Amino acid sequence: MGNITPELESERKKICKIAKDVGLDFFETIFELVDYKTLNQVAAYGGFPVRYPHWRFGMDYEQLSKSYQYGLSKIYELVINTDPCYAYLMDGNEFLDQKLVMAHVYGHSDFFKNNQWFSQTNRKMMDAMANHSTRVRRYVDRYGQNIVEEFIDKCLSVENLIDRHAPYAKNKIEIVKEDVPKIDPEPVKPEGFEVNKEYMKDFLSPEGTGSGASEGSKRFPSEPTKDILQFMMMYAPLEDWQRDVLSIIRDEAYYFAPQGMTKIMNEGWASFWHSKLMTEQIMEDSEIIDFADRHSGTMAMQPGGFNPYKVGIELFRNIKTRWDKGQFGPEWESCNDLREKAHWNKKLGQGRDKIFEVRRDFNDVTFIDEFLTEDFCVENKMFVYKFNKRSGKFEIDTRDFKAVKAKFLFQLTNFGQPIIQVVDANFENRGELLLTHLFEGVDMQPDFMEATMKNIYAIWTKPISLATVMEGEQRIFRFDGNEFKSFALSKTSKNTEQSTSSEESK
Amino acid sequence: MSIVEDHKRFRDIIRGRIKKNFKKYISNGEMIGKQENDFIKIPIPSIDIPKFKYGPKQQGGVGQGEGESGEASGEGDGKGEAGNAEGEHVLEAEVSIEELAEIMGDELELPKIEPKGLSRLNSEALKYSGRAPVGPEGLRHFKSSYKEALKRSIASGTYDPDDPVIIPIKRDMRYKSFKKSSKPRTNAVVIYMMDVSGSMGEEQKQIVRLESFWINAWLKKNYKGLETRFIIHDAAAKEVDEKTFFSTSESGGTLISSAYKLCKKLIDEEFSPQEWNIYPFHFSDGDNWSGEDTRICINLIQDFFKPFTNMFCYGQVESKYGSGQFSKDLEKSFPNDESVVVSRIESREKIVNSIKDFLGKGR
Repeated sequence: MGNITPELESERKKICKIAKDVGLDFFETIFELVDYKTLNQVAAYGGFPVRYPHWRFGMDYEQLSKSYQYGLSKIYELVINTDPCYAYLMDGNEFLDQKLVMAHVYGHSDFFKNNQWFSQTNRKMMDAMANHSTRVRRYVDRYGQNIVEEFIDKCLSVENLIDRHAPYAKNKIEIVKEDVPKIDPEPVKPEGFEVNKEYMKDFLSPEGTGSGASEGSKRFPSEPTKDILQFMMMYAPLEDWQRDVLSIIRDEAYYFAPQGMTKIMNEGWASFWHSKLMTEQIMEDSEIIDFADRHSGTMAMQPGGFNPYKVGIELFRNIKTRWDKGQFGPEWESCNDLREKAHWNKKLGQGRDKIFEVRRDFNDVTFIDEFLTEDFCVENKMFVYKFNKRSGKFEIDTRDFKAVKAKFLFQLTNFGQPIIQVVDANFENRGELLLTHLFEGVDMQPDFMEATMKNIYAIWTKPISLATVMEGEQRIFRFDGNEFKSFALSKTSKNTEQSTSSEESK
Repeated sequence: MSIVEDHKRFRDIIRGRIKKNFKKYISNGEMIGKQENDFIKIPIPSIDIPKFKYGPKQQGGVGQGEGESGEASGEGDGKGEAGNAEGEHVLEAEVSIEELAEIMGDELELPKIEPKGLSRLNSEALKYSGRAPVGPEGLRHFKSSYKEALKRSIASGTYDPDDPVIIPIKRDMRYKSFKKSSKPRTNAVVIYMMDVSGSMGEEQKQIVRLESFWINAWLKKNYKGLETRFIIHDAAAKEVDEKTFFSTSESGGTLISSAYKLCKKLIDEEFSPQEWNIYPFHFSDGDNWSGEDTRICINLIQDFFKPFTNMFCYGQVESKYGSGQFSKDLEKSFPNDESVVVSRIESREKIVNSIKDFLGKGR
């Protein structure tokens, strides 16, 4: 039990029991009552009491504190995915708020425990974070704050370059082993390359691709990899402490990744249950107005904005209704009679089971792909907006269902970030790094791209090239440590051109 | 707590950023508009760690709400999108004017101002800061007295929560007590004079406004109790308040001497040079009515401003109508004179240099 007041504790027991009775299955959840300063601190640390030292947390803290002080926003709930699950209540919130938060938190806790995308996360992250903190602090003591902080800055610049689906691949260990560093006996031997003799054997008897035998076209890595962090950990010329820092950043990135992958579902699920439990069982009559106020505040959409809570809860409700009434399957799909559809009710009552199944198996991408229907789109007034160069404003582009769904899925895929792969770590046979952006119709932001490449250079210590599309043209951008250059793909060697374009056609 | 360290680290970086980008902020007119009390809010973009990400403009997104195709989608610039695409963070760092002036001082390597020796007058002040058990009834402090009475009655067991009547007796009474303090007084007055004739446009006035703001900030840091006065002139001069100073636009000719005469009168009447550090600043586009009037001005500077003020500053704002003759005349009359400073301000970017011209002398 955390340090909450007896009143809250008795309420917690009640809510815990109610939540269990409706079928939620959660980790033991420990609530802590903290003042706003502590809450802001914990929130700045991503929910953890201790993190490695870095100014970024200070920045988040300042933003949270400032916006709290100015009354712009306040944190209602903060819950972390650990076992036991820790959640924070803010001292000074109204009693109703605390009850609402508790109900909401049990929803999250259930989601953490049961959603398969969280299955690979470290449930003892509290200890791991503390451990990370100790290690980084030790490096700070030994090498100095500026040096360590600067390196962390560089690592954070690439922290999103992980393979979000790797943890769920069964053969993930094999994949790691497959990454064989290529030792090139030819004149230009890459300096600072890690040469692992154990791997030599594998190299000497390469299996598979026949083209691998012809000189110059062998690739390392043999398959493009998205886990650039891991790749650099293994093959960049790093000192031990740097490798360790990089591994810390990577661990934490993987830990937080599922939360990004299930934002809509997770919030939707928790909101679905807080709303249901509060209105049906927990609340007293006198609290209804306040509840409505809080609930609608959370669900509100800014004009033209997008609120994951709202979309999530509505979708879950929609699924429940549809499966309760049997509004699914080929029969429903093929029915063209609108009147019949409006009164469609087969009284199947499968809604509850369905939403529990959905919360177990889906992530945001599959959730939207599977359950976003045209009716839902119309009902919730969804649209696609885009930037109009002439007016200099964001404007509503279309309300067409297919366009909305496509845009939606695009935003969710890979966390709405460009997918970057390492294709060649011995580019131009000089140990340079060639990255490819799997272009999906949207350019990267050039200044950020440039700065990120410089940071990668600092880690890899050899020129970095990146193949992408910029303003409709396939280009290679290259940073060689001094200069930043770009050239159209056709001007590079034939070999490169082919390989890169084949990557992009995938 | 470690967040304190991280926060301090961030503040250091931000301060570093202010220093580095200082010249950019200084010519940002908006900033002064956000001045509140003694603080200035400087919008600083929070430090973005660069990552590979999509350009926001091309991306667009999904939103919800009313509206027809082609209608503006509200402030939907990437905020709160599904993919967690980050919008622009604008962080407003609060910096006190004093801190800002200090940063400016550091940056421009401005010397600390040595106040004139004569102005070291002592002033006495009474400060009511304590409580005493005796004193005149007029200074009785009700709250403290009540507290004492309450404490006494609880301690002696006469307090009844159901009938909370407190009757103070003589020794419960508390009175405000004061301390005498004397501190050296250094007074300074800045008298801004500006040409508001037809040739001074909006841009020119904005430059004057910005420059005078920074000059004020620096002098305020050096002098407690800085007074500012404002004089506008075309062919005739008058004293105005700050708001009028920056908003007035007149037309007609220019007699610079009219402003100098009024300034002299002001100093004679209100600011005795023995007690005050006096800083007259004059801004104009350098077009005077006649050579005759310019001669009067030069004589005034020579005979009055030079001996009786800390320094006389003339800032010439570049304008497409002005000839800029006046600065040439001044420079000819006072070559290499430390106490008569002439500075040309071609554009907003040059404000910084001009401030350095004026305040770099440490007078």
